[in-house]
Amino acid sequence: MSNNNASSSSVAVAQRAVKQLRLEAKIRRINVSQAATDLKNFCLQNAHKDPLLVGVPSSDNPFRPPKSCGLL
Amino acid sequence: MSELEQLRQEAEQLRNQIRDARKACNDSSLSQITAGLDSVGRIQMRTRRTLRGHLAKIYAMQWATDSRLLVSASQDGKLIIWDSYSTNKIHAIPLRSSWVMTCAYAPSGSYAACGGLDNICSIYSLKTREGNVRVTRELSGHTGYLSCCRFLDDSQIVTSSGDTTCALWDIETGQQTTTFTGHTGDVMSLSLSPDSRTFVSGACDASSKLWDIRDGMCRQSFTGHVSDINAVIFFPNGNAFTTGSDDATCRLFDLRADQELMMYSHDNINCGITSVAFSKSGRLLLAGYDDFNCNVWDTLKGERAGVLAGHDNRVSCLGISSDGMALATGSWDSFLRIWN
Repeated sequence: MSNNNASSSSVAVAQRAVKQLRLEAKIRRINVSQAATDLKNFCLQNAHKDPLLVGVPSSDNPFRPPKSCGLL
Repeated sequence: MSELEQLRQEAEQLRNQIRDARKACNDSSLSQITAGLDSVGRIQMRTRRTLRGHLAKIYAMQWATDSRLLVSASQDGKLIIWDSYSTNKIHAIPLRSSWVMTCAYAPSGSYAACGGLDNICSIYSLKTREGNVRVTRELSGHTGYLSCCRFLDDSQIVTSSGDTTCALWDIETGQQTTTFTGHTGDVMSLSLSPDSRTFVSGACDASSKLWDIRDGMCRQSFTGHVSDINAVIFFPNGNAFTTGSDDATCRLFDLRADQELMMYSHDNINCGITSVAFSKSGRLLLAGYDDFNCNVWDTLKGERAGVLAGHDNRVSCLGISSDGMALATGSWDSFLRIWN
């Protein structure tokens, strides 16, 4: 009967949802203070290698047209 | 109680358990940790190149790994491979379907891919012996539009779809190796982790999910947004990711703390975000908006550091080259701009 099919598929969906939630519930988590500190440290340690952050001198910028020399 | 009611109750209990576990780890905030940090100051970038050639809205772009070439897709029915240094078009590839929504560049530079309302991910060989570009595979199987695709390597590609699933494909056989199910709304975007072992997806169910590529399992789910998520991107060290949404906010989620660490929003910003990218150190978050602008955010302090104005229509896509040297933005105004 269509009624049975509908209810058994709802149960199947609910079973899958519970199974997935069980998996997600048991993961190990670290404190926000630790996570945030690690993100901060990564940014600071790599800052000097970040052209968009520190700026790119014309000589190293493949996109900047070279300055013409005005020798007058 | 019926079995269904029991299961629903157990699901509710588990959700509360997750909420409590996250709260227990919530001993501080990213803002507090970075309170003493100098702000990045005003970030200004100029348009260094304008790539002209598309005749209609640009929907997607991706840099090649050489930080020089890039691919863009437009609903004029063309995929264009550009040399961003010279603005020359290396290839202008006519598509079988003009309703393209995404494109990708293989890390090797040998292939490009695209797809859209045709539900198919088409793979193009860029380095054929004859010197022309041709379709080598049409990956069909999705029952909804292709919203995003990303190459793992020359033989594997991950796709996301309006059919609510993501898939890993074996390009050689044309088959889905793994299907990733769990979202309850159209999946709009995906981002591969730096180590290629996982990817995150963002969907119209307002959630983002972390998936294990090898076993197909969803490892973590994140909520918070109140509308469709249009874009996701991994933070450079793989421990976090950012999402952009129609709710006018971007949010940073940390994988190890399993929760949202920062929201990037402003009272003056009331339109959706279409695309997001991180600068090389992760300190800057670039986001493209429906209001034609791109905002530059200080990832750590949550403050806006700059605005890039220049497009005459929605910024639909953006990306930062792997050497971190330039930002490319693509727009419905049919142009791409290169900034730094």
